[in-house]
Amino acid sequence: MTTKQFGAPVQRTEDVRLLKGNGRYLDDLGQDALAAAFVRSPHAHARIVDIDVTDALEVEGLVAIYTHEDLPGRVGEPLPLLIPHPAIVAGRTGYALAKDRVNHVGEPIVMVVASDRYVAEDVCGRITVTYEVLPPVVGVETARDAKHLVHEDVAGNVAGHLVQEVGDAPAAVDSAPHTLELDLKVERSACIPMEGRGVYARWDADDESLRIYTSTQTTTGVRAAVATKLDLPLNRVECIAPDVGGGFGVKIMHPWPEEVLVPWAARLLDREIKWTEDRREHFVSSAHERGQVQKVRVGFDDEGRVLGLDVKIWHDNGAYVPYGLIVPIITSTQLLGPYKPGAYKVEFWSLYTNTVIVTPYRGAGRPQGVYAMERTMDAIADYLGKDRVAVREANFIQPDEMPYDHHMIFQDGRPLIYDSGDFPGSMDKLKALVGWQDFEDYREQARAEGRRVGIGVACYVEGTGVGPYEGGHVVVESTGKVVVSTGLTSQGQGHETVFAQIVADELGVPLEDIKVTTGDTRKMGYSVGTFASRAAVMSGNAIGIAARNVRTKALRIAGEALEVDPGDLEIVDGIVRVKGSPTSSMPLGTVAVLSNPLRYAFDTASQAATQFVVGDPDKPPVAEDDEPGLEDRDFYSPAQSTYANGMHAVIVETDPETAEIKILRYCVVHDCGNIINPMIVEGQIHGGVAQGVGGALYERMEYDENGQLLNASFMDFLMPYVTEVPDRIEIDHLETPSPLNPLGIKGAGEAGVIPSAAVFASAIEDAEGFTITSMPISPSELYALRQRFAAGEIPALRGRSATASTATTPTPVTEATTR
Amino acid sequence: MTDQQAEQTFPITLSVNGVPRTAEVPARRLLSDCLRHDLRMTGTHVGCEHGVCGACTVLVDGAPMRSCLMFAVSAQGSEITTVEGLADGETLHPVQQAFKECHGLQCGFCTPGFLTTISAVLDDNPEPTREEAVEAVSGNLCRCTGYQNIVASVLRAAEITRERSAVAIDEAGR
Repeated sequence: MTTKQFGAPVQRTEDVRLLKGNGRYLDDLGQDALAAAFVRSPHAHARIVDIDVTDALEVEGLVAIYTHEDLPGRVGEPLPLLIPHPAIVAGRTGYALAKDRVNHVGEPIVMVVASDRYVAEDVCGRITVTYEVLPPVVGVETARDAKHLVHEDVAGNVAGHLVQEVGDAPAAVDSAPHTLELDLKVERSACIPMEGRGVYARWDADDESLRIYTSTQTTTGVRAAVATKLDLPLNRVECIAPDVGGGFGVKIMHPWPEEVLVPWAARLLDREIKWTEDRREHFVSSAHERGQVQKVRVGFDDEGRVLGLDVKIWHDNGAYVPYGLIVPIITSTQLLGPYKPGAYKVEFWSLYTNTVIVTPYRGAGRPQGVYAMERTMDAIADYLGKDRVAVREANFIQPDEMPYDHHMIFQDGRPLIYDSGDFPGSMDKLKALVGWQDFEDYREQARAEGRRVGIGVACYVEGTGVGPYEGGHVVVESTGKVVVSTGLTSQGQGHETVFAQIVADELGVPLEDIKVTTGDTRKMGYSVGTFASRAAVMSGNAIGIAARNVRTKALRIAGEALEVDPGDLEIVDGIVRVKGSPTSSMPLGTVAVLSNPLRYAFDTASQAATQFVVGDPDKPPVAEDDEPGLEDRDFYSPAQSTYANGMHAVIVETDPETAEIKILRYCVVHDCGNIINPMIVEGQIHGGVAQGVGGALYERMEYDENGQLLNASFMDFLMPYVTEVPDRIEIDHLETPSPLNPLGIKGAGEAGVIPSAAVFASAIEDAEGFTITSMPISPSELYALRQRFAAGEIPALRGRSATASTATTPTPVTEATTR
Repeated sequence: MTDQQAEQTFPITLSVNGVPRTAEVPARRLLSDCLRHDLRMTGTHVGCEHGVCGACTVLVDGAPMRSCLMFAVSAQGSEITTVEGLADGETLHPVQQAFKECHGLQCGFCTPGFLTTISAVLDDNPEPTREEAVEAVSGNLCRCTGYQNIVASVLRAAEITRERSAVAIDEAGR
């Protein structure tokens, strides 16, 4: 019997290629292509007065220089507003090359094409742009004040405004036994994949067709956008994602200016052109995320049950909103987590600033929402003097309430209905894993040693596998090898492996005989993309359905050939055989030969399929409802998202003197339904947690008041090294299968990062004894908070006699925090 | 097509993975660009071009170097080992094998720099402790894995090296 692959920690089939240096990333392609480089704005907000290229024209190797006035037709029009949500009040998008004005540092103004990148950058250096500098709008508060406007015709800098309301939340808050108000803040971070963006385009003048390679999370999206911009028929444009060196969301945004310009110029010049983003370009011209200011009003009873929740969110969307309002919509809906909020009202304003655009970064607005909710849960617990977990448990949706309808609309325009999950069960696992009950003993012990420790907990629910659809194409070749394709792309998630695992089980073929291709419009033209933890759910199920159809066809054809009932057949190790009588069999490859009636035999095997050998002479060789070939293409399109969930706990130690924050333990309980490959799922969690640690403790975009990004390099943007992440992430799984899809799976890709800001805030607050309201938090910020706390400027927690009889903490702290 | 004769170039000879290679490069050509674009060995990746991320690490005369911080002309006469030179034909280098077994890579972009770095560390210290394994990779950035499986890969690579040499000794003894 073939070993079941679904659920096994199978080693990845893509690894050998990548480990031997044989990966093909964007900049590995097009070795003979011309290189593009860009002159980008050094100002956050300015009018372009003049562009002088005179001095650049003499550079040897220069091929072309383009500014906005060179861009014809749609190429020169604003880039598309991809997700035109009705709550967008004033949607503004940038141009491929800036026209008249620039709205953030890094915005492209001039495109240079030259013999190589060194020369292209020489040319850029000799182009002089004259600006009239305008007052920049930087940060949520400045945008909200609207003393200056990013876009002169957008009042209040408001790009979008949305209210969702279930019940009368303000009234419920006011009439509740207890009320609290929280002012919260989360700063900007970004995806920062190790490979930046990049585009390489070839125009085939004979065929009048365009091939685009781009480091993207959606090849079908780029293809459609570029075809429209260049006024080409869709079937004259091919788009391929080669190996992609990480995405984390930034590469789902499209078309980037370069994705339009490089193909346009390649066609115009009839030359291959490539642009590879450098690291500084990535910081100042790709996307960021996370920046929000939040105000929470909550009303609750003596048990900590939330009766009313009234949330206002001010979201920094940067200079433009090409990706619509997806991030704040997700924040405002996923904020609810595993809880029943009673009455809920959420109102957000999405605001323009003169900074890099904001589009989804792994978690996509959820980390901020979870932060708001979990800060609130901790505040309630503290107010009531209750255990933080007990307050959460009092608010949990119970397993028997599934499916649970929040009566709100999710990011996909579909109802927010949780399909599955056992939140009390997950919390029980987490408490056991981290030793929640024993922590006070540990705290005491640590305190006796002069150490300051704290524990935090945070829960989330994540809508995954959003639609509209994905497809799967499965072909059995006459060699018996199986070729699988799906349209969405891969950025390291192991899709080649997990999709092969699904097919291996359906078709009874060994993993090594299955070849999976992703993100190539030549193989699959219908697709959406890789985001929202949707690849396994969407393409996994689509491929599973297609593979099952192929299996059914294989058994039918083999049944006819072997003169047995298809129901009596099984496929083991690539051989179709009669159950219990394995000698009556034929290889799957032979079935593939038989599936395609031939006139011409091209080899010995194919002689078996010529019309003199197979088929009933009285019937058409291919039946009316059939197609030649042992293959199928099918699609999976769910009515709504499936909701994964998880709970994290972290134990931190804060240095009493330096305020350094050390992670002692990090525990994760995770429910993504049925797991295809636990090794890969755990790898996703590890990576997500590491990004979460970065986002909570180290990473931020340091914009100054002029809109200059001060830390646009790996020297200054503190991405975690191995020394900053937990030694070991302790993981326990709870598998509640999704009832919504055939494989019972829920997405897993983003999970690790979602509760990080919340869980670290919870733990640091617990260690310090005063409230944490702004994340990320650095040692110097924590130190400053301690000073303010000591000066009585920020209140102590009421509920716990937390810190701090250590020498460096002033005595009043202890008094203030002791009830 | 315009040509580039204006920029002076220099002939260089290097040994890359044991094979003598020549190139004609401008003085400012980075070793990383020379390997990738002149010699077309694209296994070495460029993640930051300012020497922080370590993705472009190659061995120059056996020592790990950031090839984005070195000019190609400075490598004249050097022995360079890139990720393409680690495996012995179809047999993966112990570090490569360990990364596969331990799921030490996801997108694979930073991986070549880790592999070259770790292989040099293990040459110097074949039996690293966990702390030494962490130290070995503490200068390389990875955005996908969270490093836990990379540290495990370092330790596993040392183990594979020992296993292979035990087998070799065993076979030699027969």
